[in-house]
Amino acid sequence: MMLQAMKGAACALALTLSTTIMTAPASAEFPERPIGVAVSYGAGGATDFQARIVTMVAGNKDMLGQPIYIVNKPGAGGRVGWNWFASEAPKDGYMMSAYNVPHFIAQSIKGSVKYSADSFEPIANWGADPAVVVVGKDSKFNTIQELVEFAKANPGKLTLSGAGLFVGHHIAALQLQKATGTKMAYIPTKGGGAAAMKAVIAGNVLAGVNNLSDAYRALKAGNVKVLGVADLERNTEFLPDVPTLKEAGYDVDNSSVNFRGLMVPKGTPQDVIDKLAATVPKMFGHARVAKRMKAGGSPIKIMSREEVQKMWKERQTYLDELLKGL
Amino acid sequence: MEFLQYFGGVFEPIALLLLVGGTIGGLILGATPGLSPTMAVALLIPFTFHLSPTHGLILLGAAYTSTVAGGAVSAILLKIPGAPANIATALDGNAMARNGDGTRALQLSFLASGVGGIIGVLLLIFLTPVLAQWALAFGPSHLFWLAILGVTVIGSLDSRSFVKGLLSGCIGLWISMIGYDDVQGAERFIFSDALTGGVSIIPALIGLFAIPQVMEMFSKGREAAAIEQVRVSNYPISRSMVELFQSWRALSIGTVLGSIVGLIPGVGGQIAGLVAYDQTRKMSPHKAKFGTGHSEGVIAAESANNAMVGPSLVPLLTLSIPGSPTAAVLLGGLLIHGIFPGSDLFDNHPQVAWTFINSMLLGQVLMVIFGIYTAVWAARIAQVPPSVMASAVLILAIFGSYSVQLSMGDVYIMLVLGVGMFFLERFGFSAAPLVLGLILGPIAEANFIQGNLIANAQNGPLEYFCTGTLNIFLIVLVVASIAYSFWSNMLENRSAAAARKKQELAQ
Repeated sequence: MMLQAMKGAACALALTLSTTIMTAPASAEFPERPIGVAVSYGAGGATDFQARIVTMVAGNKDMLGQPIYIVNKPGAGGRVGWNWFASEAPKDGYMMSAYNVPHFIAQSIKGSVKYSADSFEPIANWGADPAVVVVGKDSKFNTIQELVEFAKANPGKLTLSGAGLFVGHHIAALQLQKATGTKMAYIPTKGGGAAAMKAVIAGNVLAGVNNLSDAYRALKAGNVKVLGVADLERNTEFLPDVPTLKEAGYDVDNSSVNFRGLMVPKGTPQDVIDKLAATVPKMFGHARVAKRMKAGGSPIKIMSREEVQKMWKERQTYLDELLKGL
Repeated sequence: MEFLQYFGGVFEPIALLLLVGGTIGGLILGATPGLSPTMAVALLIPFTFHLSPTHGLILLGAAYTSTVAGGAVSAILLKIPGAPANIATALDGNAMARNGDGTRALQLSFLASGVGGIIGVLLLIFLTPVLAQWALAFGPSHLFWLAILGVTVIGSLDSRSFVKGLLSGCIGLWISMIGYDDVQGAERFIFSDALTGGVSIIPALIGLFAIPQVMEMFSKGREAAAIEQVRVSNYPISRSMVELFQSWRALSIGTVLGSIVGLIPGVGGQIAGLVAYDQTRKMSPHKAKFGTGHSEGVIAAESANNAMVGPSLVPLLTLSIPGSPTAAVLLGGLLIHGIFPGSDLFDNHPQVAWTFINSMLLGQVLMVIFGIYTAVWAARIAQVPPSVMASAVLILAIFGSYSVQLSMGDVYIMLVLGVGMFFLERFGFSAAPLVLGLILGPIAEANFIQGNLIANAQNGPLEYFCTGTLNIFLIVLVVASIAYSFWSNMLENRSAAAARKKQELAQ
């Protein structure tokens, strides 16, 4: 039995740190061993799931030439993982982290964390998942206008679930309240978008804010109605019939869109950053990655390091403003 | 009976190969401390990229089934529960192994897992639409009361003293509060950087159960007198089968409770085994034998944690809501092939859905066969000298804690908790209620906060938490559970006093 258990241990070790020794190239050029990606959410969440897909071709010769493995550091809406990443992660490029914007920027504005946008160096962006407003399939609300009317007539009575405080869903809920001059009861759930969606389907709350990708799936399963998208344009691929909140007449832009990508801690050598920034977008654009992402209903948006830097700055400015009064 | 027409798919050569491979691999991964079923399934996801959806799911389903059962191996032989599901198995299972009954304990655990597991999957096959409604019936207020019900169980769990049991539970509840609070993000009791992530359940489990026994073994040293010579005898499987069915009470309590609890999203798997163990003990005529190596304890715990596997997938397969972390990972396995659970799955890909479910059914049988095969020689571990054993357990404990998040912080947490538990055990406290507190604390807390927020938007907390049939039913259960504990504690005290009096009179 001991032998078996040890074998199991060895097997698991081999799986997680696969091919550390076997495939190390002779040259000292980065990367010479597998690279980790810390995901600040649990295994099975949307970020984890997408991170596993977009990094699957990293080991190809024309990509990084080394595989990428995922480490989950979940807790407190991502704060635990990013705290660890900002303060303890090695700064040699062998540990990257998945970022979620606006989540980490909003959290850093609210304080009591060890990071801000300045603690990290973006590498590239792989996806953009807009927030949408959903209600249960039997809900009395059929349009976003009906929902807003109810909220106006009943201040503080419209319960609205979302994946946590100061994540994209919360930002969208804040924007909607600000744009309509209403007060809604935002209910942060524990356990990510899935738990927030369950609250909507089970009727625990009157409405919810959720990821477009999850809402699309729940819509196809016949469990929800999707009333509005918090983005600048309609999503023609997955939800062509759902209006944007802007079209519906509310001043809500795309600030809550959940951008996902990879970053490294500040202090990582510039040549390593350059190498990653040059290769990683190619990796995200690989045909096999695109096929898997599309199959899962996950919208892709590849952005270069420069574009992400600009996007981070814009979000920082806007969120500083939005969250000031809270 | 739609599932029968797809049974052929399971027996295709590749499918069968994956099923056997997944089962054996799952047993090994499950037996490895620190590798919970969720991690094991997540590690296998990349392999399914290259398989067809059906084959990918067969592999994942087989692995899920057998990792849950495989966790019993390390729980019984090493007293390291591989995952929360196996905590209750360690209580009596390890005591049995020390008494030289390791083979019997393993055989019973795999047989009970098989029976519970098959019934659980059959429920998934036949009652899915009904069960889906049940899974949705639990809102924040109900989950809160359910967690409180679990807390009331704490006092009676594996403890000689009701009060010490409750105290252990409170320590567990307190430890669960360390770190950021999950809803509001407030910092609590973060004395050191290693604690920012809170105390995760796997390192805590390993520390609380494995470290005290390691210290015990080391403290005995190599003194010849202290080394227990355990005679290991082979045990015929037929006798285990007979024993299993003689313990019908434990088996049925485990299976029924496991299936019911497994359905509830977000709670299920972690506490199914403990709740079933506790109920079986309360209803057993051999109450006093529990904790000393009583086979009913193993049977109840293992039938419960495998019975939970099937029903725990109901919310995922019908409503596309993953009810547990493992289900969430399985969802990923479906999504990469563009298959959405829910009506889409059963209407447009019945082949995938039913082959997957059938493979779990067959996987249960294979798991029993391979599990029993290993049991015959795995139990010889009792003959390993204590000093060697202690070192091996320590290495596995450190490896297991580190591997969850590749974090040394988790290893330190594991060691601190373990050393603390060693001393607490000297004073009659025990690890099981502490762990239950650790598991239930966050569930009770998050649902209370959420329920309160919802209640304030409606007619206030009193109405939200205390009205409605399900709420009242759960409250009645809570009150009954507390009353029962007090009552049985009082009876025990009285009979102990009577016995003392009798003794005095005799003198």
